Amino acid sequence: MGNVLLEMKGITKDFSGPLVLDDVSFELRAGETHVLAGENGAGKSTLMRILCGVHTEYAGAIYVKGRPVRFRSTQDAARHGISIIHQEFSLVPDMSVADNIFLGREQTGPLGWLRFVRERRDCASLLQRLGVQASPNTAVGAYPIGVQQTMEIAKALSYDASIIVMDEPTSALTEPEVERLFTVIDDLKRRGCGVVYISHKMEEIYRIADRITVLRDGHYIGTAAAAALPRPELIRWMVGRPVGEMYRRAPVSPGEPVLELKELTVPDPGGRPRPAAQDISLTARAGEIVGLAGLQGSGAGELMYGLYGAYGNVIAGAAQLCGAPYIPRSPRHALRRGLALLSSDRKGEGLVQGMSVTHNITLGALASYSPGGWLREGRERIAARERMRMFGIRADYVEQSVDTLSGGNQQKTALAKCLETQPRVLLLNEPTRGVDVGAKQDIYRLMAQWSAAGIAVLLITSEMPELIALSDRIVVMHQGRVTARLDRADAVPEIILSAAMGGGATQRGSSQELERHD
Amino acid sequence: MTETTLRNRLDTPRRILALPISRALLALLVILLLGAVFNAEGAFFRWDTHRDMLRHISRYGILACGMTLVIITGGIDLAVGSVLGLVAVLSALFLIHWQWSPLAAVPLCLLAGLGCGAASGVLVARFRVQAFIATLAMMVFARGVAKYISGGRKISQGVQTADGFEYLDFPAFFDLLNARILGNNIAVVTLVFLGCAVISWLLLSRLRPGRYMYAIGGNEEAARLSGVPVAAIKTLAYAMSGLFSAVAGICQTAQETQGDPEAGASYELTAIAIVVIGGTNLMGGRGGVSLTLVGALTIGYLEKILSINAVGEAGRLMLTGFIIVAAVLFQRTRR
Repeated sequence: MGNVLLEMKGITKDFSGPLVLDDVSFELRAGETHVLAGENGAGKSTLMRILCGVHTEYAGAIYVKGRPVRFRSTQDAARHGISIIHQEFSLVPDMSVADNIFLGREQTGPLGWLRFVRERRDCASLLQRLGVQASPNTAVGAYPIGVQQTMEIAKALSYDASIIVMDEPTSALTEPEVERLFTVIDDLKRRGCGVVYISHKMEEIYRIADRITVLRDGHYIGTAAAAALPRPELIRWMVGRPVGEMYRRAPVSPGEPVLELKELTVPDPGGRPRPAAQDISLTARAGEIVGLAGLQGSGAGELMYGLYGAYGNVIAGAAQLCGAPYIPRSPRHALRRGLALLSSDRKGEGLVQGMSVTHNITLGALASYSPGGWLREGRERIAARERMRMFGIRADYVEQSVDTLSGGNQQKTALAKCLETQPRVLLLNEPTRGVDVGAKQDIYRLMAQWSAAGIAVLLITSEMPELIALSDRIVVMHQGRVTARLDRADAVPEIILSAAMGGGATQRGSSQELERHD
Repeated sequence: MTETTLRNRLDTPRRILALPISRALLALLVILLLGAVFNAEGAFFRWDTHRDMLRHISRYGILACGMTLVIITGGIDLAVGSVLGLVAVLSALFLIHWQWSPLAAVPLCLLAGLGCGAASGVLVARFRVQAFIATLAMMVFARGVAKYISGGRKISQGVQTADGFEYLDFPAFFDLLNARILGNNIAVVTLVFLGCAVISWLLLSRLRPGRYMYAIGGNEEAARLSGVPVAAIKTLAYAMSGLFSAVAGICQTAQETQGDPEAGASYELTAIAIVVIGGTNLMGGRGGVSLTLVGALTIGYLEKILSINAVGEAGRLMLTGFIIVAAVLFQRTRR
């Protein structure tokens, strides 16, 4: 391995609250691929955003090629040879390849004239270097995603980047495209670049990694050569929490099946050929909480959305709701059939930010507060006050605009909105995201109440302890498919994470799967 | 809880001043003070000045009521002026030329406006055409229909016959609409405007579809996931805007005693200005009819004060441009 390209020491970061990164160190050498591993929310992305100059407020020190640096902007980081390849590309689809690569630092002559010919020539030689068959004059959008990604890498190289960060680069790629990417990475290494590689796929990590660094809950856990870190050990590093500390919900005796899915397939909402979720079979009984585990790209969220009809009538397979066939059509239809969805994106999809707490709470069930179409604001307010008391929502007054509430109170308002529709099945996507500890406890308490009342819950949460504590059963997904089904007794972080990374179900997991299919 | 409510809402003047309605009223007050200072030798203090202002602003106000609904859903309706022109022609044709009973003519005219609005609405809501484009198309189309029906000429009482020229009766319905009542103190069209304002206020504040309009404008995706029938509600907003345009079109013919196919050109801009000066957010989700009423008065008084002080049209237009920007900046700074 070559010289040290990059050193990050004692990086600490908070977003006006708990620490997101606590004394994290990271080192990258020339000619290596350094995998950064950890669960969702471990702090990988935050660390990389600090490196790329997105977050400029942090404690700690960064050295590039031995020199201390402190980036004030992304341009600043780019000037020091740091480049990030995002999952969502930062290319303008309608602009030509060459224009994209030189976007923001066009080569100009006197009077600001574009050096058109020189840009094309430089672009063509870059593309050739990376082995891409593409014309500099063609619009980027005309090429498949894999080629676009290589263009993003070409753009990085045109900055003379020596430190290249790839955040889940293969999530949208086909198998041959992945192979091509790995060839390009090998090429980058030979040229003395260092690659930071973030991935949730076990196969990939061991295919590409020279060294692996693990973060957990914002802490630095360790760095090891890939060859010296066997898979079970890596998993242990990633989840290694003392199990004893975990809160566990008391088991319930489940009732009748409420929701039954048989080989349900949800197409990719972005129109990619591979379905977001494929052949999913599961049953949720009254009073049961079924956890859907999976890392980014698992398709668990899409399964929920598809089931709720958010993508329209596009679902293949069969579903039963309280014994009657159910075909998702639209959210309106789903609500009428007794489903309710808590979106993981509270601001973008959950609440109407400009409206009051009351109006948000009653929005999904407004028909029952407006017989004949006339709104009964008094009744709405009474119901809202009742919900606010039940859910412990702290607001100055019921007409307060919901965007003035704290994150926890907003989340409880969103939950109250779901419950107001009196659902039989609750689809909860990240019910405790961005809420403080107290609000979390409140939400756990409420979930226990709902299951006692016979509501079936499907739960997605990226916090493993929470998933294990709350779920009666856990279905693990990887790349759109179920890779393990676990009962409470088998719900151990190592097994869940291993299955979520596509490491194949463990012996216990697969036998479980067979039992369930009976 | 009620006590807290009262305390929180009333104790701080700053909170009251932060309400859009307070700011809209403050802007109106500034204009009124200007009027009191530049009172054109007392003309501003006479009631008929105010009465005429109200009569003049009524048609714009009626359009602005519909525009408010559309803007609250996050859209825009550029077709209101053209639909007004189309209905002006239709109502003149029905009532003056053909001497129909208003009982038949008025519902047909309203239906025509409603249809135009609903068509824009379907384009926006079902076919996802941008509101600006869809209603721009309807604006051009409706103007074309108005010209086609009228043959490009104003439809008035005078008709060409074989032996020269004949004058038809002016319908009593139009006379009534153009009259002033309550001791000559208020114009009937002003009452029509108030009626339209009450209807759209009821819709927005007291009826379920109105709540849905706020929700769609505030966050369309959240509304959809909450089971709001987004397409139907959006269509309703545009349909209502078309309906109000038709009402304004009938008033237009009554006031001008003829159906002019060119009537209403650029009225949509005045209607939007009224809504925006009132403080309804062009991004959707916030605002209301009460704001639009204040906005209508603000624009109306501004024009009236300039005209009684014999400021020419050129100066009036330039000043109005300034006032719109000033009002909108004022709305924003204290937010």
